[in-house]
Amino acid sequence: MLKQKVQELMNEPGCATNQAKSAAEKKRGCGAKGLLPGAAAGGCAYDGAKIALQPITDAVHLVHGPLACEGNSWDSRNAASSGCTLYRRGFTTDLSELDIIHGGERKLYQAIRAAAERFWPPAIFVYQTCVTALIGDDVEAVCREASKRLGLPVIPVVAPGFAGSKNLGNRLGGEALLDHVIGTVEPEDAGPNDINILGEYNLAGELWQIRPLLDRLGIRVRACITGDSRYVEVASAHRARAAIMLCSQAMVTLARKMRERWEIPYVEGSFYGIQDTSDTLRGVVRLLVDRGADPDLLTRADALVAEEERRAWARLESFAPRLAGRKALLYTGGVKSWSVVSALKEIGMEVIGTSVRKSTSEDKERAKALLGEEGSTFDAIPNAEMYRMLKAGEADILLSGGRTQFVALKSRTPWLDINQERHHAYAGYDGMVELVRQIDLVLNNPVWAAVRRPDPWDADGRPLEAPSWL
Amino acid sequence: MALIVSLPKPLSVSPLKISAPLGGALAFMGLDGCLPLFHGAQGCTAFALVALVRHFREAIPLQTTAMDEITTILGGMDNVEQALLNITRRANPKVIGLLSTALTETRGEDMEGDLRVILGRNSELAGVAVVPATTPDYDGSLETGWSKAVEAMIRWLPQGPQVPQAEQVNILPGSHLTPGDIEELRAIVEDFGLEPVILPDLSGALDGHLPSGWVSTTLGGTSLERVGRMARSPLTIAIGEHMRGPAEVLRWRTGVPVLVLDRIIGLDPVDRLMVALANVSGRPVPLRYQRQRSQLIDAMLDGQFAFAGRRIALAGEPDLLWSMGRLVSEMGARVVAATTTAAAPFLAEFPAERVIVGDLDDLDEQITEAGGCDLLIANSNATQLAARRGLALFRVGFPVFDRLGVAQRASAGYRGTRDLIFTLAGALADAGSHLVTEHRHEHAQATAG
Ligand code: SF4
Repeated sequence: MLKQKVQELMNEPGCATNQAKSAAEKKRGCGAKGLLPGAAAGGCAYDGAKIALQPITDAVHLVHGPLACEGNSWDSRNAASSGCTLYRRGFTTDLSELDIIHGGERKLYQAIRAAAERFWPPAIFVYQTCVTALIGDDVEAVCREASKRLGLPVIPVVAPGFAGSKNLGNRLGGEALLDHVIGTVEPEDAGPNDINILGEYNLAGELWQIRPLLDRLGIRVRACITGDSRYVEVASAHRARAAIMLCSQAMVTLARKMRERWEIPYVEGSFYGIQDTSDTLRGVVRLLVDRGADPDLLTRADALVAEEERRAWARLESFAPRLAGRKALLYTGGVKSWSVVSALKEIGMEVIGTSVRKSTSEDKERAKALLGEEGSTFDAIPNAEMYRMLKAGEADILLSGGRTQFVALKSRTPWLDINQERHHAYAGYDGMVELVRQIDLVLNNPVWAAVRRPDPWDADGRPLEAPSWL
Repeated sequence: MALIVSLPKPLSVSPLKISAPLGGALAFMGLDGCLPLFHGAQGCTAFALVALVRHFREAIPLQTTAMDEITTILGGMDNVEQALLNITRRANPKVIGLLSTALTETRGEDMEGDLRVILGRNSELAGVAVVPATTPDYDGSLETGWSKAVEAMIRWLPQGPQVPQAEQVNILPGSHLTPGDIEELRAIVEDFGLEPVILPDLSGALDGHLPSGWVSTTLGGTSLERVGRMARSPLTIAIGEHMRGPAEVLRWRTGVPVLVLDRIIGLDPVDRLMVALANVSGRPVPLRYQRQRSQLIDAMLDGQFAFAGRRIALAGEPDLLWSMGRLVSEMGARVVAATTTAAAPFLAEFPAERVIVGDLDDLDEQITEAGGCDLLIANSNATQLAARRGLALFRVGFPVFDRLGVAQRASAGYRGTRDLIFTLAGALADAGSHLVTEHRHEHAQATAG
């Protein structure tokens, strides 16, 4: 059952990367590279599923397994909520050795009941993990039974860690929504301007940089899947008229299936970068108008986009004197790198290189064209090599994720987090301005001059300067 | 005297426990040139890695045997072998700490047996010391994993000849000591003219220093060569009850006598440390510490007003709970709520009515039953609880990811204890009183009436 699902998910016809592959490559699937023992890094499928679903803020997210899966990581993500905080609590069956010997199904049922009685959530998501999968706990059956007896949706999320990567887990999370959640509640207020946003988790509150733009156009977000969402919003997502699909690799299957099942067309878009934001807004407006929304919406969208772009560029320009000529190295899989590159180049920064690890071939071409002579694209740089580059001053700032944070800091090079754990929101027009503002703050911090001062003594500790009082 | 309450419950809400393999990995960070390796699926390693990075703000070497569904069923020996070979080729470590996880233990792998076979048939691995430790996630918590890992180091790392060396002492610090504590401890021991062999020594690798190049193993920490000289010491000092086991194994292997200090925060335990060091070294207690002792006593005299009668809620691993709980109660505060991760028998002596083995939700309930408290002492996971209750949170233990410097705070010794008393007194002063006293209550009623 799970195996079938995994195969299907890893051969997604809607995925551009997959489309570019040969038949043999396709058959192998996209997550099937095989992990190299002793040289692997990355989260498991459970991790991915949790990332995709946990931002449903009013639900209980219960992890069925021994402690490690939840105990080491709960409340460590920056998915923001405008109200409920229940999703931020850690819930786990914390299985003991005895539980494992006897099977964990009974305990799981009791845990579900305890959570239901104590917190009265609108729904409980139950996550399968490696050990409980290995001992054969039938999480789906327990959830079905609990749902019936307790009278609330209890949703099994079958993405045990060892099934594959974080990315696979994202997709399996989407499948759980398709199988058990979306379409289970009929909204009373469906309107012609309702949309879904797929693959936005409201990290650092980025959804709140997008929502005001949509508000001004009179577009309502019926469901954000799943950033800052409530369970019933997701459950009634099937009544949206169109969708924006962000973070393409993770949510493409969900988007495609929602189109097939409920005829919700989607645009693949991004809210990182000025041009991207405009394209995405125009794209979704066009879909709405195609489906019968007031055509006037198109004109209003054009006006909004023009105004916002003008404003954003004007604000970005003010940073140019402080940033022009400075060299940046981009190392990220998440944020679409070329859209950041274009903004940096616009204010006169030099981008010496950008990673294209997780980009589609089209993205890669775009990045190459943008970088021109001075920059290069690459897949991966080993830490030691990156350390050397930074130490040698080949870049003035590294924009990357947490994994390479200390490569930059230990080489005393400015660093800015542009991945998942970031604390600043970089989406939409305001987000791009914020990104550049942060680059300015980090890069021009006087602390760099101080921390780069060499020791005032030699290798043996003898002072390098003669006493000034003689 | 406390009643230890350990009720089985199906649902853990806001867990306090940290997994045992993470504790084990942390211990291996205290060996030089080491790379810990989880034998399990990759996600466990990723979570532990993120947690360690967030706490220490350092690059953390940690690898995985990357078990998947199929290898889990077929058995993981090939994965262990491949991982050891890959790590050796890429990172060239001196030690690899091989830690089992719930997944491989549930399947019932014979990791040690497999390892013997692997080492026997791969000459490439001859130059690396591989230390296997059994640390399933379903058994115990961070302290458990730490102590099992140290025990495994003592069992598996080679010991040199037993040439007695009077000027040396073994120190086995528990996981509740920060790199800052260990640095302080080292200075104290050295001031007695003794050379400490600290196992494991986090102050080398995780003290936040700048290396001169990039390495993918630990940099700093105790070298294998020094570990091999432990048999020569006249004494092993273990700090924390969870280090008694490893210390006893060391005694059994080498004959070195053991002194277990329950903690090194507080006047009485530091006195015992000083006396032990003076006896081992045959030297008087250095003047500096005589002076620090009187400074600490003065701080206790000044600080008692801030502590007296204040109500503290405390959560942490057994030895951390013990250290903090004893200190605040010795200063006159009352521990009104205490939650820990394991039913450690020595906690029967803990200065509270009850110690609950449970999670932060249990702590929350205890606070309610106690009618509130003034200050919460726990790790960063208690932030939500503190916010909901409007309580001040004094952060200790692991993980602390929202305050700089806690991972390095030095509270050991007379000077460390003094500083901790000052900091806690400040926190208590800021906290105000959250207890609706009977008097105030009556007062309010009188006004209303
Ligand atoms: S790999 Fe498996 S056991 Fe490890 S965290 Fe992921 S689900 Fe849990």
